[in-house]
Amino acid sequence: MSERFDAIVVGAGPAGTAAALTMARGGLNVIVIERGEFPGAKNVFGGVLYRHHFEELIPEWWTRAPLERPIVEQNYWLLNGDGAVKIGHRSRRYLDGKPNNFTAMRAKFDRWFAQQAEEAGALIICETTATELLMEGDRVIGVRTDRDEGDVYAEAVIIADGANSLLTQQLRARPELSPGELSLVVKQTLALPREKIEDRFGLEKDEGATIEILGAPSQGMVGLGFLYTNKDSLSLGLGIMVDDLMATGARPYELLEAMKQHPALRKLLQGAELKEYAAHLIPEGGLRAMPKLAGPGWMICGDAAGMVNAVHREGTNLAAASGRMAGEAVVTMARSGDFTPEGFQAYARAVQASFIQRDLAKYQRLPAFLHEHKELLMGRMPEALNDCLYEWFNVDERPKTEHQRQIAQNIKGMAGGAWGLLRLASRGWRAINE
Amino acid sequence: MSTSIEDLLFTIRYRCDTESHLVITDQAVCRDCSKPCLTFCPAEVYTLRDGEVHVAYENCVECGTCRIACVHRNIEWRYPLGGFGVAYKIG
Repeated sequence: MSERFDAIVVGAGPAGTAAALTMARGGLNVIVIERGEFPGAKNVFGGVLYRHHFEELIPEWWTRAPLERPIVEQNYWLLNGDGAVKIGHRSRRYLDGKPNNFTAMRAKFDRWFAQQAEEAGALIICETTATELLMEGDRVIGVRTDRDEGDVYAEAVIIADGANSLLTQQLRARPELSPGELSLVVKQTLALPREKIEDRFGLEKDEGATIEILGAPSQGMVGLGFLYTNKDSLSLGLGIMVDDLMATGARPYELLEAMKQHPALRKLLQGAELKEYAAHLIPEGGLRAMPKLAGPGWMICGDAAGMVNAVHREGTNLAAASGRMAGEAVVTMARSGDFTPEGFQAYARAVQASFIQRDLAKYQRLPAFLHEHKELLMGRMPEALNDCLYEWFNVDERPKTEHQRQIAQNIKGMAGGAWGLLRLASRGWRAINE
Repeated sequence: MSTSIEDLLFTIRYRCDTESHLVITDQAVCRDCSKPCLTFCPAEVYTLRDGEVHVAYENCVECGTCRIACVHRNIEWRYPLGGFGVAYKIG
C-alpha cells in the first residue's frame, strides 16, 4: 500500500465509516484501518439504529441496508422479584413514511455501511491493528500498524477505535477511563421463529418491539437490561457499571442468565435457542468523561470520544454524526490546502454546536446521580412502584382509601419520607437538565 | 436451565493467535489483590490455578474491562494482531 494519504481513519464502525465516506466523497485519498476480519466483526450494540443521522449520509439508506425490524412499540419495564410495571408506547407514527428506528446486527450493518464508503473511494484495510499514533512534536502525522512496513502517513488522523480507545489514551486526550465511567454489557442473541416473535410480542408481520428493563435484574447495581425483536431472533442483554461489578463480585453472564428466569420474561424467551453470546463496554461517563476532541493532526469520534446518550440508548447515531463532522472538517482543510490546528478545532466546535454535545450536556449530572442513589433507583423504586400498582389493582376487604393510603406510603417510604421524595425529585430534575 | 460460560463462549467464532495479547505484569501483585477479574470478566479469561492467575486469552472478547478494572493496572493489554481474536457473526 502507498504510505501517504490525505486522511487515515482508525476503526470501521459507524463513526469511522461516516468520516471515511464524507472524505471520499470530498475527493480525498482515504484509508481506513480496521482490526477485524471485516468491518463489524468486533462490534456489538444492543440493537437499535436510528434512521435520521444515517439519512444525512445516505438518503433512503434503510431501504438497502441489512436491518431486522422497524420498531412500532417501545417499552420500559420496571421489575421487582416477580412483578413488572410496564410503561410503553405503540404507534404507527413510528413507521409511517420513514421508520424512525430499527433493530439491527452490527456484524451485518457495519459491513454494509463500510461498503458504501468503499464504493465512494475509501480504501478499507481489514485485519490490521493500529498500534500507535506517529507523532512529530505535538502533531499526529500518521499511524503505525502491525503489518510489515505498516506505517501510514496523512495530514489528518481520525480516531474511531471504540470505547476502549488505546489511541485516545496515547494522546492523553483525557485521564485514563475509570470503572465508574463504563458499563459492561453482555448480550445473547436467541433464535426464535418469526411467527412466534410476532405472536408473543403482539406484532404485525415484520414489525418490531423494544423493552428496556430496569430493576431486579441488576441486583441493586446501576444497570439496564433490554429485550429487542429481530426478524427471527431476540436480542437480550444486560449492562452493569463496571465499578459495581467489581464491588459485588457478580458475574455478568450469570446476571443475564438469572434475568431470563424472571416471570415477566421467561415465557417470551421460552424455546429460543442461543445463537451468539457477546460482550462490550459502553462509555457511560457522558460529557464529563469526554476527551479533548481535536488537536493538531487528529480528531476523536464516536465511542472513543464517549459519545453515548445512555438515557435514550443512543450511540451509533452520535457516532455517525460525529464522523461526518470530522470528515467535513478535513474536507474543508484539504480544499484550502491548509491543515492548521484551527482547522481541526472546527470539528470540536461543530460537535459543541450539535445535538451531540447539547444532549450530553443536558444529562451531564446523571451518572453521578445514578451512582449516589443506586439503592433507591435500582432497588427500592422498582419495588415500591410494583407494590403501588398491586395496591391499585388488587381488590380485597379494604376500602379504596386504605389502598391508596398504602400507595402514598409506599412512594414516600422508598425515598425516606415526603421530604426525601421532594429532595429526590429536585435532584433528579437537575440531573437531567442543564 | 442456566447456560454455562463454556456454552456461551462456544457460540463465538474466534481466530486464535498462538501468543497472548494479555500478559500479567507481576503475579506477585495478584497474590495480594482481591482479584475482581476472576468474576467481572464476561469470558472467564481469568481463573486461579495453583494460586496463580491463569489467563485464557483464547476466550477473550476484547471488551477491555480488565484493562481498566485491574485494580493494580497489572495487565499489559493490547489488541490482538490484525485478523485475530473474536469475529462476531451478529455482534
